[in-house]
This record gives sequence, C-alpha cells and structure tokens, in this order.
Amino acid sequence: MSKANDALYAVPRFRRSGDTALTVEVGDGIDADVNARVVDLDRALTERALPGIVEIVPTYRTLLVCFDPVMLSRRDIEAEIMALWPPVAPKGQVRRRWTVPVAYGGDNGMDLDWLAQRLDTTTDEIVARHSAAEYRVYMIGFMPGFAYLGGLDPALHVDRRPEPRLVTPPCSVSVGGQQAAVAPPLAAPSGWHMLGRTPVRSYDPRRTHEPFLFRAGDLLRFHPIAATEFAALERAAEAGAIVAEREELKV
Amino acid sequence: MSVDLEIIEPGLATTLQDLGRSGFQRFGISASGVMDPIALATANALVGNKLETAALEITLAGPTLTCAGADIRFALAGADFAIAIDGRPVSSHETHDLKAGQRLSIGTARDGARAVLAVSGGFQVAPMLGSVSTHSRSQLGGLDGGPLRAGDRLPLAAPGLPARPHLMVPPVHRRRTQGPVRVLLGPQDDAFSAEGIATFFASDYTVTALSDRMGCRLEGPRVQHAGAVGIVSDGTVFGSIQIPGNGQPIILLADRQTTGGYPKIATVISADLPRLAQLRPGERVRFQAIEEDVAVQLARDMRERIRRIDASLIEIQRTAAPTSDHLLACNLIGGVISAFD
Repeated sequence: MSKANDALYAVPRFRRSGDTALTVEVGDGIDADVNARVVDLDRALTERALPGIVEIVPTYRTLLVCFDPVMLSRRDIEAEIMALWPPVAPKGQVRRRWTVPVAYGGDNGMDLDWLAQRLDTTTDEIVARHSAAEYRVYMIGFMPGFAYLGGLDPALHVDRRPEPRLVTPPCSVSVGGQQAAVAPPLAAPSGWHMLGRTPVRSYDPRRTHEPFLFRAGDLLRFHPIAATEFAALERAAEAGAIVAEREELKV
Repeated sequence: MSVDLEIIEPGLATTLQDLGRSGFQRFGISASGVMDPIALATANALVGNKLETAALEITLAGPTLTCAGADIRFALAGADFAIAIDGRPVSSHETHDLKAGQRLSIGTARDGARAVLAVSGGFQVAPMLGSVSTHSRSQLGGLDGGPLRAGDRLPLAAPGLPARPHLMVPPVHRRRTQGPVRVLLGPQDDAFSAEGIATFFASDYTVTALSDRMGCRLEGPRVQHAGAVGIVSDGTVFGSIQIPGNGQPIILLADRQTTGGYPKIATVISADLPRLAQLRPGERVRFQAIEEDVAVQLARDMRERIRRIDASLIEIQRTAAPTSDHLLACNLIGGVISAFD
C-alpha cells in the first residue's frame, strides 16, 4: 500500500445542507485519492438504493446526498455512510479512458498564443505538454457535461483571467490554475484560458442513449488534430456519433 | 392537426415548468422546475389535472394568449395577477373558460412575483431528460429550450371544456406567509466569523433587480467571512445561501448551477421555498435559524397541505353560457372597480 495520504479524512465530515440534503466531506483539497473516495462512496451508497434518497451529486471532495425528509432522516443517512466506511472499490472494476481530439489555437483556441508568450515558450510546446498528460475527471458541474480535470502539467499552471469572459465558444478545451476542462456544446462565461476546441459533444440531449459522456473517476487524454479533421469529426458528432475514443481498463 | 395555445405577447419571463429534473445534477444538469410548487399544484387542482402536470410559470408581467381551435378551461394560482378575457377583468385563483378565439391577457403581479397558469388537460410537449421544465442556459425543455416568444404555439393535450364544476381557492389559502425566511445553518457556516453570522440574522436584506430563476440576489449589511472566501466547489440545493467576496447573500433557486465555489452560510428550509418564488425586487427579507426537527415537521405539513388541495377548493356557481344580464352585470362591476382604482 502507498503511504497514507493526509488529505483523506479518517471519518467523513457531515455538513447539513437544509432539511433535504446532506453534504458528506471525505477529505481536504483537490486530490486524486480524495476524489477516488468520493467515487467509491457514491457507488457504495447508490448500490444500497435506500428508499428516500432522491439523488447523489459527487464533486471534488464531497457527496451531496439529496433526500426526502419525510421518508428518511439525516441521522439515518449518516449511520448508513458510517456502516459503509471506508468505502472500498469492488475487485475487477473497469475504468474508462477517453481520448479526446482537439484542434488547438487559432479561432479554436484564442488564448494559445497569449499563453505561449506568458510562459515564454512555443505554442507547439504547450500543445505537446497539454496532450501528453493523463487527466482524471474530478467532477461534472457548472453546466451540463462540463468536465473538471486534474493532472495538468505544472508548467501550464497559470492564474485565471482577472475579468472572466461573458461568452466562450462551445466545446472549448481550457486551462485555469492547476485545472483543465472540457466544455459541452454550449456557450458559457469563463475566466479560464482557451487552448482549443473539440468536436466531441460531452453533452447532447438528442443522443438519447448516452446524453453524457464523462463521469467522475474517468481518465482522459487529449489528441491534437488538424482543422480539416476537426470539421469532419464535428459533422459526425452533429449526426450523433461519439467521436472520442473510449477504452475500458481493468483495474 | 393539434389544437394550440398561441402566445400573442410572451410577457417578461414565461416558461413551461413541471417539478423539474431529478437525478441529473451529477452530470451538471440544473434541476430547474417550477419556483412555487404549491402554485403549480393549486392551479392544476383547479382545472382537474394531476398536481404535477406542466404549466406556464409567469413572472411579474404576464403573457397574452389565445386558442383558436377550442374552448379551454384555465386557472392562475400563486401571485395575484390582473387578468382579463377580451378586456373583461376576471379573478385569479379560480377557474375560467376561454372560448375559442377569445384573448386572455395576464397583466402585472399585484402581490408576489410568480403565478402558474394551468390549462385543463395540460400541454403535449415531449420531455427532455425526464421533464419539460425550461432551463434556458442549458437550452433544455419548453418548446425550444427557452422562454416562450410571440408566435409560439403550445399544443394542448386535451382541448375542450372538462365536465366539472368551476372552482376557487379559499381566500385563506391565497395570502402570502409573512415573517422571516426560516433556514438551517450550514453547510459552511464555519467559513464565517461569529460577527458575520450575527449580521446575517440581525439584518434586513433587499431583493435586487438582478434576481432571476438562478438566484435571488440580496443587498444589505456585509456578511463577514472568517478566512478565505472560496471553498473547493461542491453541490448546491434549491435554497442554498452563498456569500461571495462582497458579503452580499445570494439565495440559489431552481435554475442554479449544480456546483458552486462560494461558502454557503445557511439553507432555506424546504417549506419556505415557495415563498422565495414570490419575492419582488425591492422587497426586504430577514432570516431566522430554526431547529432541524421543526423544519422536517414543516416539510411534512406542506406535503399534507398539497395532498389536501383538491378537498380545500370551493365550488362556484357560474352560468355556462353568459346571458346579456350577466354580461351587463360584469361590465357594471368592472366599471365600479375601475372608478376606485
């Protein structure tokens, strides 16, 4: 076993979120082990299928457990979680790894040149570093299918913009601070730096069998593509194709 | 061909809403759904629909509508709006029949901010992710993912008049609840100084004009944080009260983002959420912390009240086909009221 991670709490910290929700905090900060524990607890609690639990929202280091207070009490849920603690990942678990094509720079990534200047390097170097890393999906939040990623090369850590943009392009691939992100096909305000765009639609309600691609705990890599390839893949994605490559890894 | 409710003027922010999307917050999908679930249940009960049937949520200034293809029965519940059929004033909180081709005009809110307009039989709109609720930022629900616009046509699921009596809401159930908005402390009350928490509970806060279905933005004495203003982003609920760096509270509402990075000092109890829907810009609110078991009892009471809505409605006598005498009487009454306005 690897050395103990101080970021993990010995026991969860329960925070009341009104009479219909409970926030369960399992560790400190943005940390892969802490997030893995969130994913494991999410799975374990979901499998218990307690009547009265309405929905569970996993985030970086917490689970938000929404419940019907007429059917179930907060104390009942806390007791259930303590009985499951510490949650263990089942054996033979499959982990998904996505390869997401990205057209970097130009109109697709309006901040790539600026970032190269800011870091005193070349755009090629940024693309190489950004597409060499393996990322972890920490959570989906902020807007439909918006994936928050950890694992960004420290050489690419740059503070967010002081003034967020009110609109950034759909399907943007961006970095902000120590994080990276993939946006859904919706325009959104953002203070992050836009490096490129992907033809992949992380969210598409018309794709009824799979409206959302990514989930917390998935692995993700980026693959640079040319603008011509982007156009072809974008047409395929419009028609409903999932143009990201998906592998299933045995853990 | 479908019989449609046609939107002549859309009003300020008129959206199709049901009880919202449940189970998709983990994918970043906002719950959305009606802001005042008691108003939705009441309006539906009046016209004989299932209580959770999708209806139109109307904000501050309402739409003008017509149905060319059939007579329809409708009712408004929630805030009190000025309503007229072909220019003749009628009351909210009771059922009315709109004859084919007549024009229904919903004016401005006289008290409260939001009402629900239910139509007998409901609308024939395909749900997306389990709901027809409109969430504009995600382009989900409604007719095309946004508020209704002039010229939009909402297909009716069961046009025509139902064979049931006209009903009204008893006056005692129309009044807005007064007094402080009740909350439970947390989830991040530890992110605030003792002084900050004392300020939050001792002060009046004014609802600003920037408020919408995402959040009710308040203005008042600054709530002081204990240390850092940011937290690692976590999940939000309807009623979360977050305090950004400027110390001004924002109550997160139906269309809120699924996750947020500002600490949340307290959470409005579920039984007081319908009251938030009725807050008007310029109105003042004060918060009061209560015990959790009281909040749970109030949640039970609200559920019970909704369960008994059908039984609480009062039958009203109204002639099916108005006689000229009746019309004359309506005009006279309308004239008297306007003389005093």
